[in-house]
Amino acid sequence: MTVTQTKTESAAPDERVAKRSPFQKLLGRPEVGALVGAIVLFIFFALVSPTFTQPGALATIMYGSSTIGIMAVGVSLLMIGGEFDLSTGVAVITSALTASLFSWYFTTNVWVGVGLALVVSLSIGFINGWILIKTKLPSFIVTLATFLMLTGLNLGLTRLIGGSVSSPSISNMEGFDSARAVFASSVTIGGVDVKITVFIWFALVAVATWVLMRTRVGNWIFAVGGDANAARAVGVPVKATKIGLFMAVGFCAWILGMHNLFAFDTVQSGEGVGNEFLYIIAAVIGGCLLTGGYGSAIGGAIGAFIFGMANKGIVYAQWNPDWFKFFLGLMLLLATIVNLIVKRRAELK
Amino acid sequence: MNAKEIDQQTLLQNEKDPLTHTPVHLLSLDGVAKHYGNIIALSDVTMAVDNGRVTCVLGDNGAGKSTLIKIIAGLHQHDAGILKVMGEDRKFASPRDALDVGIATVYQDLAVVPLMPIWRNFFLGSELTSGFGPFKSMDVEKMKDITLKELAAMGIDLRDVEQPIGQLSGGERQCVAIARAVYFGAKVLILDEPTAALGVKQSGVVLRYILQARDRGLGVIFITHNPHHAFPVGDRFLLLKRGKSIGYYDKKDITLDELTAQMAGGAELAELAHELEQLGGHGDIVKEVQGEVADVSQTTGKTYE
Repeated sequence: MTVTQTKTESAAPDERVAKRSPFQKLLGRPEVGALVGAIVLFIFFALVSPTFTQPGALATIMYGSSTIGIMAVGVSLLMIGGEFDLSTGVAVITSALTASLFSWYFTTNVWVGVGLALVVSLSIGFINGWILIKTKLPSFIVTLATFLMLTGLNLGLTRLIGGSVSSPSISNMEGFDSARAVFASSVTIGGVDVKITVFIWFALVAVATWVLMRTRVGNWIFAVGGDANAARAVGVPVKATKIGLFMAVGFCAWILGMHNLFAFDTVQSGEGVGNEFLYIIAAVIGGCLLTGGYGSAIGGAIGAFIFGMANKGIVYAQWNPDWFKFFLGLMLLLATIVNLIVKRRAELK
Repeated sequence: MNAKEIDQQTLLQNEKDPLTHTPVHLLSLDGVAKHYGNIIALSDVTMAVDNGRVTCVLGDNGAGKSTLIKIIAGLHQHDAGILKVMGEDRKFASPRDALDVGIATVYQDLAVVPLMPIWRNFFLGSELTSGFGPFKSMDVEKMKDITLKELAAMGIDLRDVEQPIGQLSGGERQCVAIARAVYFGAKVLILDEPTAALGVKQSGVVLRYILQARDRGLGVIFITHNPHHAFPVGDRFLLLKRGKSIGYYDKKDITLDELTAQMAGGAELAELAHELEQLGGHGDIVKEVQGEVADVSQTTGKTYE
């Protein structure tokens, strides 16, 4: 009846704590692996290609990073919350198509379409989250279904309404110029054009970091991802948190969708397939655990930056871009291994 | 401190006399039952919890202990019977409901998120905030201070509340969970097998916290399968077996031996001894079990041969 094993380790817990140096604490941060990777990659490309460090090239790299990074913010939060979303790539296009086709068909001010696209994007997120909660199916299945349905809807509705595989041009419609100024303009800094998406990206990362680290909701996001049952037991609104996270992803998809629309004026309805993996890769490279409960928005941003560097760096180094995917895969593998080690160390003593 | 005060207030509203035990119980169950589909997990359980008293719920695996606390904690709803808090009929829709009337549960798996820092775990679900509207943020420094102070009061001296709670030992985590419940103004503290995974020494530490919580005026429900842990700290004992109550005793009406005998079930022990003998079990073990059967027979005044 009595428990016979004996443990005596709890005698002096604070000595154990004192052993951790500030350096070790730094190593415990989720984004540190990605940061080291980013620095190494930057130095590498700077040495290989002299044009890589030119301001113009850096602005291009940042732009490329931002188009991944904006989505990676939402996807990182969602992954910390223990779920992931395979429908993000096509959801971006769905948002752009909604704004474009609605404005064109009803010849309204494009801002009406932009508003409707926001509603649609948030709804897609809500539906993803709601089905997940109601059915208790894994998010892989639920969002895979959404991914397929949205892919079909994008193609089908675009042809039905616009009569073509790409959405009709809306560049001469009312409100287009102001919308382009908001979603797809450039700011000149020191003679270099920096796309507005870079600033939107930074702002989103800042807000997401603040939410994660300093608000109740942030605490809940970590908790629902770390252990949803434990979170529910202490009174965390698990369902609302998860649905909210999917809607945050929807919001990010809306921003990127609007950028795509107003930067290029027309949208190809078959685009976006496969991009969802880029966002997930950025989040994972940035230190978010696939199993949830651990990660940071800054990590996701660094992941996106690594992606942008590798993508453009190969071009600047005048290599065959065929190699790009190989590098990406290697980065992903290394990052995941680092994350695994971190998690094991945190869970076991 | 706000959270603490508000919780207390809700509790005290309907309480007629918090220190004596009449006329209302802090928490009472009357004929409570629960089934999952056609499986009857719990039937006809009656018990009461009062301020400054420890009610022990004893039973072997599958006796219905977990189901019972899940009902009280709001994770499941009972199908029959009456659950009263301060004399008022209640049925909790969620753990939040139960927490709001002051019922806090320290689960076997502790309901802590291992990867999260200690202070985040301590305040999870009841975070302190400052600021207004969308700019409301957590009062991180205050929460860290309180965590450190409350844990120190429980005898856990930590220098760093930033470390993941998964790095603490089982006993320490248990104490964090108890400290959390006490801090958030729990009136009823449910402890689900707090000593099950602990060594002898750490079990002693946890038992001491149970008494500490009792002395602070909490009504404690202590779930265990170990009568040796239950008897020294308990005031009342509810014995469960296969989803049914097989006894509800006051401490003055029962001894440790009787409790153990009831728990173990003398008839089953006798059967076990017989079986071991037939299987050619180790002589010593058979003798030991037979010895226990003899003890049981003595204390209950029955024979099982």
